[in-house]
Amino acid sequence: MSSSGLRRTLLGVAAFALLAGFVPFRFSSYGLDQVTLVLIYAMAILGLNMVSGYAGAISLGHGAFFAIGAYAEAILVHRYGFSPYVAIPCASAVAWIAGLAFGFPALRLRGLYLALGTLAIAMSLPPLLKRFEGFTGGHTGIVVETLSAPKWSHMSGSQWTYFLVLAIAALLFAVAWRLLGGALGRALLATRDHEIVAQVMGVDPTRYLTLTFALSSLYAGTAGALYTLAIGFVSPDSFTLMLGLGFFVGGVVGGLTSVWGAIFGGLFLQYVPVWASDIDKALGGFVYGATLIASMLLMPEGLAGVGRRLAARWHARAAAGTKATTTRITSASTTPITSTPLASAERKGAR
Amino acid sequence: MLLFFQQLIEGLMSGAIYASLALALVFSHRSTNVVNFAQGEMAMLSTFFAWQLIEWGLPVYAAMAASVVVSFVGGGILYVVFVKPIARAPALTVVTVLIGLFIALNSLGGFVWGYLNRAFPSPFAGWKVQWGALTLSGEFIGIAAVLLATLLVLFLVFEHTRLGLAMRAAAAAPEQSRLVGIPVEWMLLAGWGVAAALGAIAGVLIAPRLFVSPGMMLGVVIYAFAAATLGGFDSVLGAVIGGLVVGVAENMAATYVPWIGADLKVVVALVIIFATLLVRPSGLFGRTTVVRV
Repeated sequence: MSSSGLRRTLLGVAAFALLAGFVPFRFSSYGLDQVTLVLIYAMAILGLNMVSGYAGAISLGHGAFFAIGAYAEAILVHRYGFSPYVAIPCASAVAWIAGLAFGFPALRLRGLYLALGTLAIAMSLPPLLKRFEGFTGGHTGIVVETLSAPKWSHMSGSQWTYFLVLAIAALLFAVAWRLLGGALGRALLATRDHEIVAQVMGVDPTRYLTLTFALSSLYAGTAGALYTLAIGFVSPDSFTLMLGLGFFVGGVVGGLTSVWGAIFGGLFLQYVPVWASDIDKALGGFVYGATLIASMLLMPEGLAGVGRRLAARWHARAAAGTKATTTRITSASTTPITSTPLASAERKGAR
Repeated sequence: MLLFFQQLIEGLMSGAIYASLALALVFSHRSTNVVNFAQGEMAMLSTFFAWQLIEWGLPVYAAMAASVVVSFVGGGILYVVFVKPIARAPALTVVTVLIGLFIALNSLGGFVWGYLNRAFPSPFAGWKVQWGALTLSGEFIGIAAVLLATLLVLFLVFEHTRLGLAMRAAAAAPEQSRLVGIPVEWMLLAGWGVAAALGAIAGVLIAPRLFVSPGMMLGVVIYAFAAATLGGFDSVLGAVIGGLVVGVAENMAATYVPWIGADLKVVVALVIIFATLLVRPSGLFGRTTVVRV
């Protein structure tokens, strides 16, 4: 990374930290809870992006791993008396194991059939949760106490929860950014775009895909555990098919092959259906579906892709007089397999 | 033993309905090579349409026939607007558009007709056949008759008319069909129309047993997916046999395996889908495709 790139990254992180630290003292507690949920959804969508965007394995069932994390947290705290903080990594581990167990058979399927299989998982989970009543609380679910802040912090429960979620989200995003920007990301993109070539280059697709699937369900499960602590309640009706589809919608709208797109996805998932259903109950879903189709056709790289393109154009203009810009290999390979007119225009512009 | 036979009949009855929805999945798959995630919601809209006509005073049979015809047209429109543009797109694009369609159509049903459960009259309510200790309800006879009639019509059209031959050719070898002058786009459009019409049949058959509501098909379409997967997504015979097997398996599991019971029936579908895809991805009757690298 060049020194100007490093400076820009540090500047970005500092600005983000300032903004993130500012939020909890300006918003009402209700507004803050919503921002916390945005971060939680963003983590789950980030997990989905790894497996669906980078690895090209379409999952409609990440709501199930989110639910497994949420239930693991609730059961550990409520039934076994764990400290909620200790239960978070335990819930993540449970989700990781579940991801490994499901990923191993599921990833032998490809394309539409994997989507079908994961859809079936998502549809089967709520009845399973209802069936094992002694363990999961059945229809009524489990009530867990929301977090309260320690005395020394002088914070409200909402503010404390927000900072906890923010810290974990920052950690997960940093890890994803490093992993996907490095050898793992390249191996996954190679597998997605041409599996046989990737194999020839020494990438073992099954191993990479399975481990990525497990890691991505760890992300979803961690998000689920934090969801339990933020909401204070889990029930089968919180984890319907629509949740998993919602993650998928958020991922596509934000940009599946990106790390930061997950935040746009989280914002979309939290705010857009609420606004839309204020107008009409059915309209929420309609806006969901229409946005999904429109964004796939009009901006296949999602909002993150639009941002990246604008930034690239700006840089190209700024650097046009001095020297030719070098196209980075990562930004070239994140363009999807279809060459859209926009994408090819960008490539021409970058030259 | 009597319980066994009653459950078998129950299972065949659900199975026949799953079979007609699975047939719809097979037709959209054969014409455009997609797994149509929105098929159930299309069938839901068809059923609502039929319900609306009955509310307006049309006789039940007329409403059903009208719904089948209108669904044919609707399926064709969906094909032209949403499916044709993504015909050659990668799987991710296809799944995204179809999931978008699934969510949007589901909400459209709620937007137009609301979220109340509406009762749908059974057209076969009066019939009944007593056979020893075994009672065959009118519904069973009616559903079986409709399924057989549907299959007969499909067989006659696809095996014995030029239109059917053209449709099969367009689905199997689009490039070559275009060269011999078959209007391929129109044939694929008709394929989606047939699929939507079959979905409408499944919808009006199952509506009296459930209620008509935007969520009515969510619990049904998963069994149709299982049936189509088991039979093979490109096999008509497979869809029918798959549907009957899934229906019977689901009922038997619920009756004789206490651990499963009525609540966990959907897990049967999950197991069938996964087992088939892992052991024999093309299904029992599907053709194995070989991809040239």
